[in-house]
Amino acid sequence: MGFFTDTSVCIGCKACEVACKEWNAVPEDGIALTGMSYDNTVGLGADTWRHVAFIEQRKPISRQDSGLHHDTDVLAMAADEPSTDFRWLMSSDVCKHCTEAACLDVCPTGSLFRTEFGTVVVQEDICNGCGYCIPACPYGVIDQRDGDGRAWKCTLCYDRLGQGQEPACAKACPTDSIQFGPLDELRERAQNRVEQLQDAGVADARLYGESPDDGVGGDGAFFLLLDEPEVYGLPPDPKVTTRDLPAMWRHVGTAAVTLVGGALAAFAATALGGRK
Amino acid sequence: MSDQEVRPGREALTGVATGRKRRRKRGEQPMVPDAEFTSYYGKPIINGPVWHSPDIPGYLFLGGLAGASSLLGAGAQATGRGTLALAAKTGAFGAISLSLVALVHDLGRPERFLNMLRVFKVTSPMSVGSWLLSAYGPLAGAAAASAVTGKLPRVGAAATVGAAAFGPAVAAYTAALVSDTAVPAWHDGYREMPYLFVGSGASAAGGLGLLAAPERECAPARNLALFGSALEIGALKRMEHRLGMVAEPYHSGKGGKYLRAAEILSAAGVAGAALGRGWVRRLSGAALIAASAATRWGIFHAGLDSAEDPKYTVVPQRQRVTTAAEGNSSG
Repeated sequence: MGFFTDTSVCIGCKACEVACKEWNAVPEDGIALTGMSYDNTVGLGADTWRHVAFIEQRKPISRQDSGLHHDTDVLAMAADEPSTDFRWLMSSDVCKHCTEAACLDVCPTGSLFRTEFGTVVVQEDICNGCGYCIPACPYGVIDQRDGDGRAWKCTLCYDRLGQGQEPACAKACPTDSIQFGPLDELRERAQNRVEQLQDAGVADARLYGESPDDGVGGDGAFFLLLDEPEVYGLPPDPKVTTRDLPAMWRHVGTAAVTLVGGALAAFAATALGGRK
Repeated sequence: MSDQEVRPGREALTGVATGRKRRRKRGEQPMVPDAEFTSYYGKPIINGPVWHSPDIPGYLFLGGLAGASSLLGAGAQATGRGTLALAAKTGAFGAISLSLVALVHDLGRPERFLNMLRVFKVTSPMSVGSWLLSAYGPLAGAAAASAVTGKLPRVGAAATVGAAAFGPAVAAYTAALVSDTAVPAWHDGYREMPYLFVGSGASAAGGLGLLAAPERECAPARNLALFGSALEIGALKRMEHRLGMVAEPYHSGKGGKYLRAAEILSAAGVAGAALGRGWVRRLSGAALIAASAATRWGIFHAGLDSAEDPKYTVVPQRQRVTTAAEGNSSG
């Protein structure tokens, strides 16, 4: 099971952020205005499991309309008037629940586990706050909670799933930007949607994280984006950090042997060189 | 209308090349061409390590010092260098004990260390490391205790051999620990990092020997220090060269300062160790220990800096996507 977040219909209402906090009893993480945009939560963290990005762009868009004048034919207007050169992009980000999850791989306590729904969850009674999962995540999702020391992130509402309910964020989303369901079903729906958008002239529409062949074995939460991933603060080509681990262990082994060789040589040289 | 256009007076911009403070030094060969770099308000992509200084860089340094010292101690014992053996064994035990203190301090509570021993996972260098420390620590302790008290010499000798067997792994595994993250300057350097770390450990252990042992016993410590420093500096240079743009944090910012200090201390230590006697030798031993510590602090802070700036995450990945796309279209 997973999420498909269609950012082309996100209206930036932050209902998902609020619903997530309420349902999961996530503590507040500072009520401050960043002055940077309408985004005041800035990014995913221990106390922000859904995050709505607001991107102001000087980029042409095929017309945004307030929709207030119902007497006009908006399709005709879109054809007639020149496009504007400013657009808003809004996108609700969340834990990707990777198929090959680096956080789960590197956790030394077994606190992170794969659920029967294919999602990745932290058991807070086992987490020892070592913080290893945090820099291991290629997406910057999981983080350490202040004053607690342990790592926290989206559980994809594991408790709700167990009761046959959909996650709180998807339930609260008024535009169905956040869709929840079996991944293959969502992938098919996403493919149809991206084709529909591209046919309508939105050439930048693309899917992100939907492919099981990508660097993390496919995301359990994938996205339809209207620009490059890095514009949304997402990595363009994330790779599970443990993919290179066999090579790392090999180098560690060779280095350890090198050290033994160096030490042996250090003593051998004293014998050979006649130095005391 | 170009999306490069910047509205004056507006600080928060997205989808434009952000003029970040760190500029590439003139004349340096970039590995990737200046890609058009976009980010989300310059915010980091990955969540950086929450590990703190001095706990974690200290942990890395002390582990290297301990692991390599156990080798030096075993060698010194085998060749009948009593004072050197005593210094190396007690140094190893002292360093590993302090490193455990540093780790527990970073975790917050001692019982949290025990959670690490719930499972054994080869996919987690920290899990492997916890088990390594659990095996190595008591051995190093027994070796040191026997060396200090002179009691149970057979047990002491066996523990010395055991500690020397685990020592190299203790010195090397921390390289996998930092490399197995999404931190660009750490992860991308995984090929050289283990050699850098064991080299740094060897130069610190050699330095300890030079500092503590009398002149007639310190030749192997001197050799180990010279070997370690050469390996450490060689691996660092190679890593910086291979990483190209991602290596920038290794010569700028806090990481750069520590690594420059490490280079100077190391050069002074090597010169003093090779030529000096008496107090010059002891001083150069201290310089080598300090150089090893400065290297770990430098690596630590460079990693933190590379996690903080989205450029180091985005540009190489974007390059990878572009190269793959070109490969597909041409092939």
